Amino acid sequence: MLNARNVCFAYHGTSQPVLNDVSVSIERGSIVGLLGPNGSGKTTLLKIAAGMMAPQRGTIEVGGTPIGALSRRDLARRLAVVPQETHTAFDFTVLDIVLMGRYPHLGAFELEGADDLSIAHDALAATGTLGLEGRRFATLSGGEKQRVVIASALAQASDLLLLDEPTASLDVGYQFDVTLLLQRLNRERGTTMVVSTHDLNLAASLCSRLVLLRAGRVLAQGPTRDVLTAVNIRSLYGIDADVRFHDDAKHLTVVPIGRAAH
Amino acid sequence: MLVVCGFGAFTLLVCLLAPLVGSTTIHLSRILDPSVPFADNVDAQVFFIARLPRVLAATIVGSGLALAGVVFQALLRNPLASPDTLGVSAGAMLGAMLAITFHAAFSFAGVSVIPLASFAGSVGALGIVYALAGARSQGTPSTVLLLAGIAIAALLAAVGRFIQYFADFTDTFRSVQWLMGTLDVAGYGPVVAAAVPLAIACVGFAQLPRVLDLISMGSESAAARGVNVTRAERIALVSASLSTGSAVALGGPVLFVGIIVPHIVRMIVGPDHRLVLPAAALFGAAFLVLCDLIARTILAPLEIPVGIITAILGGPFFLWLLFRRVI
Repeated sequence: MLNARNVCFAYHGTSQPVLNDVSVSIERGSIVGLLGPNGSGKTTLLKIAAGMMAPQRGTIEVGGTPIGALSRRDLARRLAVVPQETHTAFDFTVLDIVLMGRYPHLGAFELEGADDLSIAHDALAATGTLGLEGRRFATLSGGEKQRVVIASALAQASDLLLLDEPTASLDVGYQFDVTLLLQRLNRERGTTMVVSTHDLNLAASLCSRLVLLRAGRVLAQGPTRDVLTAVNIRSLYGIDADVRFHDDAKHLTVVPIGRAAH
Repeated sequence: MLVVCGFGAFTLLVCLLAPLVGSTTIHLSRILDPSVPFADNVDAQVFFIARLPRVLAATIVGSGLALAGVVFQALLRNPLASPDTLGVSAGAMLGAMLAITFHAAFSFAGVSVIPLASFAGSVGALGIVYALAGARSQGTPSTVLLLAGIAIAALLAAVGRFIQYFADFTDTFRSVQWLMGTLDVAGYGPVVAAAVPLAIACVGFAQLPRVLDLISMGSESAAARGVNVTRAERIALVSASLSTGSAVALGGPVLFVGIIVPHIVRMIVGPDHRLVLPAAALFGAAFLVLCDLIARTILAPLEIPVGIITAILGGPFFLWLLFRRVI
């Protein structure tokens, strides 16, 4: 679905590479977590995967096509992005925001038709935000906003969703809601997701596979139960953690114990 | 769409009625009286020769500034941005000041040197700002664009004052008068000359409405939805500088139109740029024709520069916007 091969990237005017020979393979229908400390290159990798920046070396393929060969519009039909936070400069309504997801499917001067409206309504229904349709986006709570932005990404009707710390600014209740929503969308629609996060327990509950990034290199990748280990957590974050399976939650849980001794 | 037609009808009505009002009273029935030849029809002469060019000039200046305001506000994701923010107006002023002070005397296609110089100044200023913002980083983040614009605007204004300081008394008076913004055009020539770059700008604007909606949500989010942001930004900046340039060349720096009009329009039609852009073009025209009507009549027979009227309206309006947002 999404393949990065030997990707190297350094920001304009710097010699320090942010990504160094990163190869990642995302299978169709999976939810893959992207973990790593601040500055490890998570967001940069997502931006490169979304075609917002071009790597200096290496290739990225979406559905077998190198993204360099796709127009912005074609790429947007194949993958959608959910940013950490969304701000509006003007007073758009929730429906306005969701309809913007239809942009890559419309011609240059084409207005949204009945089909687009029904796709937008489906997306609102799928995210439980149908009741907010006429509300002004700026007046919503953080959790409502994030669900609306996910609805807008769904309206884009792509099979691949890239989410950059989608729950970072949400309280525990909303974090739980968004996690359930993503799981349901994955199950019902088969949407492939790549989720970058700092929340190890969220990653453990949501993701079938993990990619661990440290200083721009892949430290480990594979099924969550194999990769989310005390050894890897220590090497990523420098903390000792207790990792064990939670019988009620039915997934691994991570409890930080203390700073690791060097 | 209906609401845009409403704006169109309002603008048309204003443009037809405004030339009827003035120090000399004229009547529509006598203007359109086919039995009197034009040479003897004083009412028609006042309407078509004295007043209509000025009204048309107001429509071009008003539309040009309002459209540029809408585009800058969306591009910079800042509802208080205007053609002045990016140094476009400062560039135009410097151009005009140079032309006035150094008595440059040439013309191109019947357009005299002051409008040409101010047009070149506005387009040049934006070129410098865009190049600076582009050199600073990959892409053109709106904050860099905004700060570069403010810095260049201040620099160009300072150079303008420096030049003005060395000008003689008459030239200074001409500069000051030009700076106040006036629509006292002589005939249709300047109006047509300014309409050409505005028309070119409108070709650019026509490609932008939906793109501006998306860019106003953030350039990365717009890119993720399939917008070619770099291309859209270039079209937007070139079109906005052409339209500001043609407006300022024709009317001088008429302040606040680029802020007042987009805000009133958004209050009526909402934030969707597919409605905001055409409505702002139409309402901008009507707004400035009405302001100029006040300028022509309030102290009649004395005509005051329209820029004074818009600035008197604009200051309080700006403050109202500011406090309405806080509360």
